[in-house]
Amino acid sequence: MERMLWIIPVAPLVGAAINGAMAIATARRERGVPEPVVSLVGCLAPAVSFVVTLGLLVRMRALEPAARHFDQTLFTWISAGSVHVDWALRVDPLTMVMLLVVTGIGTLIHVYSTGYMHGDRGYARFFAYLNLFMFSMLTLVMARNLPLLFVGWEGVGLCSYLLIGFWYRDIANAAAGKKAFVVNRVGDFGFLLGMFVIYMTARRLGHPTLDVPALRALVAEHPGAWTGAATAAALLLFVGATGKSAQIPLYVWLPDAMAGPTPVSALIHAATMVTAGVYMIARMNFLYALSPTAMAVVATVGALTAIFAATIGFAQRDIKKVLAYSTVSQLGYMFLAVGVGAYAAGVFHLMTHAFFKACLFLGSGSVIHAMSGEQDMFRMGALRRHMKTTWATFFVASLAIAGVPPLAGFFSKDEILWNAFNAGVGGPAWLPHALWAVGFVAAGMTAFYVFRAVFLTFHGESRVSEEARHHLHESPAVMTIPLVVLAAGSVVAGFVGVPEALGGSNAFHHWLAPVFSGGAGPGAGALAHGAVAVAHEAGEALGHGAAASHDSTLEYTLMALSVLAGLVGIALAWTFYLRRPGLPARVTAALGGLYRLVFNKYYVDELYERVIVRPGYALSDRILFRVVDQGLIDGTVNAVGIVSRLVGSTVRLAQSGVVRTYAFFMLVGVLYLVWKLAL
Amino acid sequence: MTPITPQHFLALSVVLFAIGAFGVLFRRNLIVILMSIELMLNAVNLSFVTFARQLGTMDGHVAAFFVMALAAAEAGIGLAILVMVFRNRATVQADDLTMMRD
Repeated sequence: MERMLWIIPVAPLVGAAINGAMAIATARRERGVPEPVVSLVGCLAPAVSFVVTLGLLVRMRALEPAARHFDQTLFTWISAGSVHVDWALRVDPLTMVMLLVVTGIGTLIHVYSTGYMHGDRGYARFFAYLNLFMFSMLTLVMARNLPLLFVGWEGVGLCSYLLIGFWYRDIANAAAGKKAFVVNRVGDFGFLLGMFVIYMTARRLGHPTLDVPALRALVAEHPGAWTGAATAAALLLFVGATGKSAQIPLYVWLPDAMAGPTPVSALIHAATMVTAGVYMIARMNFLYALSPTAMAVVATVGALTAIFAATIGFAQRDIKKVLAYSTVSQLGYMFLAVGVGAYAAGVFHLMTHAFFKACLFLGSGSVIHAMSGEQDMFRMGALRRHMKTTWATFFVASLAIAGVPPLAGFFSKDEILWNAFNAGVGGPAWLPHALWAVGFVAAGMTAFYVFRAVFLTFHGESRVSEEARHHLHESPAVMTIPLVVLAAGSVVAGFVGVPEALGGSNAFHHWLAPVFSGGAGPGAGALAHGAVAVAHEAGEALGHGAAASHDSTLEYTLMALSVLAGLVGIALAWTFYLRRPGLPARVTAALGGLYRLVFNKYYVDELYERVIVRPGYALSDRILFRVVDQGLIDGTVNAVGIVSRLVGSTVRLAQSGVVRTYAFFMLVGVLYLVWKLAL
Repeated sequence: MTPITPQHFLALSVVLFAIGAFGVLFRRNLIVILMSIELMLNAVNLSFVTFARQLGTMDGHVAAFFVMALAAAEAGIGLAILVMVFRNRATVQADDLTMMRD
């Protein structure tokens, strides 16, 4: 079984190659490849990965917790001097969670896509990209070393770009793809620098390696040598994470990324790719544990993003935009979790979020499909009557994201808030409580904007145009079945992590414990304050120590409060959009400027345009292009040409074409030689 | 009367060769140039036989015969080309024959 690891990423790669070849071969033909053939290849590939993953899961569960990892080295990738990088895969409990999410939900979304993309001109191309994405994402989560992780990291970025601009004939879509790519590049630069810092430090310690398990051992061995480097590297890696996972300040690409087909939004921009940053930080937890500063930054940025994006979600009209800002906000929660050292809680939320957000996105896709492409919620309403399954699944997923017990979102969100409240992060003493408060408010806001979308779309008066009303229909079974499965997942996924306080065993924590607890070794307590978070996490994960000292009354109170926040949010949305439909207009009128500010997304895009894009453009045009490129580079090249020509035209004079002149010079030369040799 | 030594022969050879070279370089008439080349070849012949006599071997004589054969061939072909040039261009002045250069 361990020798089958390679199948997991390679199966989608093969699928991408087959579908890609067919797409290219038929690109200029009138008719493309028959859709059933493409669908079969496209869906089979991730399904194979899923089955192999399940097999690995069974094998892994049979092992002792400490021995739960499979390794496979496929070939040496780079070997230059002291740098040695293998194409090495590793599956440990954390990777296993990611694999299950990526391949499981990925397969469902592939199936859904066969219905959603039916009849599209680029059907084969779509599945080729989607499979290529699966390959990259699986490489990312299975990579044993940082460079290979970066390959996956860049690969998912590329596929994201290709799929956002999938309908590239519309210039806006192409621009959105470009924006995503460029913004991600900013983050990737940070990631690369972080990797350099890690490598330099490791080399200084005599172990030039980027292999994650080796680094972990190295950090555990010389924690003192890493303190400065760990902060720098952790912050730089976090810059990469803000790009990929759409956090402040690099979140701006994700809402625009909704230009892509809806299954893409569900798979890449909700369930998998955007969580890569969270995964990366969880993977590098041993490094973050050494830097309270970096942890505090991660937690703060996460909390701010959570609430910031949630407010923008209030004022969006486009159903997919609401979900996009919701995703940004929920990713903020995950960063809040990993920032306070609650890696398992962060990954838990990642997993539950993948279920309910994929379900919400696919549900919105089903709605958009039925509405002939309409995305404005103010032109929908009362769709419940026409599409019962979509409504039911959307509703369940909304309850889950709102944190209503006992659905998945409740457990994961509550755990994050609880950990934030008790966090042992760096920074001021009030920080944990502030983080909790922000998360708490954001939880209420989440419930509000999601149910605003539910009520505007499925309930109340119908505002559907005559023409669209004609075509209203429930989506085909290939689309509704994945919805039902994901909705079921949104209900039950939380039960793997029921906390002790509610009589559960928190199996999810125990499962991930080997990845997070052993990071600093038995000497964790001896480390500087940076290890507090890890120690806390370790203690909780192992079900004793910190867990035993939990103040249960406090935990119940916080739990009740966060549930209450969700219910209040739902009630508010009900009042605003169902009971008194005139109220929103009055409120927005009363808020005036504030509403416009939120409606225009705080003018962040405009700000970036002024402060970064335009100066950048001016710099590129006036200095880099005109001075450096045209002046310096072209000047140098032209100068070489001019000098050659001048020399040529001078030397040319000797080449008169009169043979006797040559004979004369020859004679002179011979005489000279004779004279020299004679002497 | 001083006896005629190899040095005298060699001096004559040098003088003849210089005259020939001068003719090749500075005369314009192709016939004269050809004649100058003959002169240079014969100057070389003279030094060959001088050394052969001096060293008592036959090598120099053999070389002289080869040069004479070569000179005859060169004269034959050179004159033939010259005749063709004159027929086509009505001139045997070297400076007028610049078609290949221009």
